[in-house]
Amino acid sequence: MKGGSGRRRTLPGFGLTMGLTLTWLSIIILLPLAGLFLKSFELSLAQFVDIVTSRRTLNALKISFGLAFLAALVNLVMGGIIVWALVRYRFPGRRIFDAIVDVPFALPTAVAGIALTTLFAQNGWLGAPLAELGIKVSFTPLGIFVAMVFIGIPFVVRTVQPVLIDLDPEIEEAAASLGANRWQTVSRVILPSLLPALLTGFALAFARAVGEYGSVIFIAGNLPNVSEIAPLLIVIRLSEFRYADATAIAVVMLLVAFLVIFAVNRMQRWAQLRVPAH
Amino acid sequence: MSIEVRNIVKKFGDFAALDHVDLTVPHGELMALLGPSGSGKTTLLRIIAGLDWPDSGEVAFDGENALSRAPGERSVGFVFQHYALFRHMTVFENVAFGLRVQPRSVRKDEATIRARVKELLDLVQLDWLSSRYPSQLSGGQRQRIALARALAIEPRVLLLDEPFGALDAKVRKELRTWLRSLHEEINVTSIFVTHDQEEALEVANSVVVMDKGRIEQIGTPTDVYDNPQTAFVHGFIGESIVLPVEVDDGRVRLGDTPLNIAAERGNMGPSKLFVRRHDMQISPPGWGGLEGTVRRVRTFGPIQRADIAVSGNRGETIIEIDVPRDRELRDGEVVGLQPRRYRIFADPA
Repeated sequence: MKGGSGRRRTLPGFGLTMGLTLTWLSIIILLPLAGLFLKSFELSLAQFVDIVTSRRTLNALKISFGLAFLAALVNLVMGGIIVWALVRYRFPGRRIFDAIVDVPFALPTAVAGIALTTLFAQNGWLGAPLAELGIKVSFTPLGIFVAMVFIGIPFVVRTVQPVLIDLDPEIEEAAASLGANRWQTVSRVILPSLLPALLTGFALAFARAVGEYGSVIFIAGNLPNVSEIAPLLIVIRLSEFRYADATAIAVVMLLVAFLVIFAVNRMQRWAQLRVPAH
Repeated sequence: MSIEVRNIVKKFGDFAALDHVDLTVPHGELMALLGPSGSGKTTLLRIIAGLDWPDSGEVAFDGENALSRAPGERSVGFVFQHYALFRHMTVFENVAFGLRVQPRSVRKDEATIRARVKELLDLVQLDWLSSRYPSQLSGGQRQRIALARALAIEPRVLLLDEPFGALDAKVRKELRTWLRSLHEEINVTSIFVTHDQEEALEVANSVVVMDKGRIEQIGTPTDVYDNPQTAFVHGFIGESIVLPVEVDDGRVRLGDTPLNIAAERGNMGPSKLFVRRHDMQISPPGWGGLEGTVRRVRTFGPIQRADIAVSGNRGETIIEIDVPRDRELRDGEVVGLQPRRYRIFADPA
């Protein structure tokens, strides 16, 4: 679309809003990222590769991305079920549950981390019974996973909710009257209609979990190579004044995150092509 | 397939959507359920389809209990007012859906399914749209695809809920004619719900008029128009002039004036006199008691329409009648009114 000069437009303000948008995005997002890349150029390529392929860095990245992926998967399934119940059924306390979904958004992450750690500690309400089964959560990778699930859930619920509200219950009735059983209705009619929204929710939950710091470091135990997440490693390097090391790890995280978001975006486009906009 | 509905009651809270409804639909019928919104017509259709369940009563298909069967097992094709097409599927896949979800034991092979879908798309004359998505179609096209999808499962009964309600007037007219001829071609027992009397009278073989959860009258389109059985039917179908009257021992009075017309069945007490607008004639005053004052005259092409004030003991009633152009009317003129045909129904309210 061509803006500004020449043609008269019904909606004025293109120049102003576009200018503000570009300036704002540059200052808030692009400039810090550019600074990050510039800083990493202080390293030679060999140094860079050395830092990034060191055992501790690789493990931290693996823990961050791997657990974030698993947590996003769990959130995809559970978030999908929760949003279904919230939208499709009327039950006492529905509004309260609906509000509770937003708690991970609003709660300071440190508070969440401490609460989860206490809850899942070996003498905690959930930690004690789990410990009897031989499952340790706090101060293990499993704890990281729990924290990531916690902070990711609202993303899936809030992305899918409006789409599901828009989805006409009549299409389910149509499927039923055409002889589809419940499973066929869900798998062939409902899920495909929700797919783009589910993928978006998944991507957001994943991105959030990868970058999560506050809640995770309390529950993780932070053992190098075992339960040390990449953001924490960055902070450690910073406190050791190894700024270049920190930026190298950050650049890798940035690139991987970008790749993942890009991949999910492609999948979304593919899913949306099958559901053209009205 | 014939459908029998026996003594159906359905309540939503305190509101009786269906109040002891009985209905028999013979095989091959094209029936309209006609009524204002809230009359229970859609609820009745959904109960027959199995999308809703009654609080009590029975529904039988060919004498067999249908209520114990799930909607998918009733062999019912249902067409929704807002089409309810699957928007992530092409037109072809929408129509094929009912065939693809059949249990493996009876499911047709891919070639048969393709042939069948092609045949249905030909039937609704939209073969050329088979690879489009529903969002790329017009309203009329969507509704025809919805119909093809419903027909794919070879339903024994076709149910249509306000099928033309969301379409514009021109497309609606086209689809009406088309539905009639389609019914003649495939002759499947069909019931459609509408609040549009013209649609019901034009398309259906038989019309069921409903109000407040009850069936007011069942009959052919001519029948319900010419011989309305209740005050509601007379008022709802066609345009009627309604005057509040008293009936006393077979004599009809408007206010204090006795009218020179007879009550058909000796109705007693407060009643309503119904006359079709074209059945009310202007006559010289003093004919038989029914008189009014001309208030306003408007001309539409070959006819003129006059507002005439008639006074009774419940105050003045303005009625609107059609008068031929050659009868000149002046504002303030007192005229006599002579109903050629009329009906009187008791009005206890």
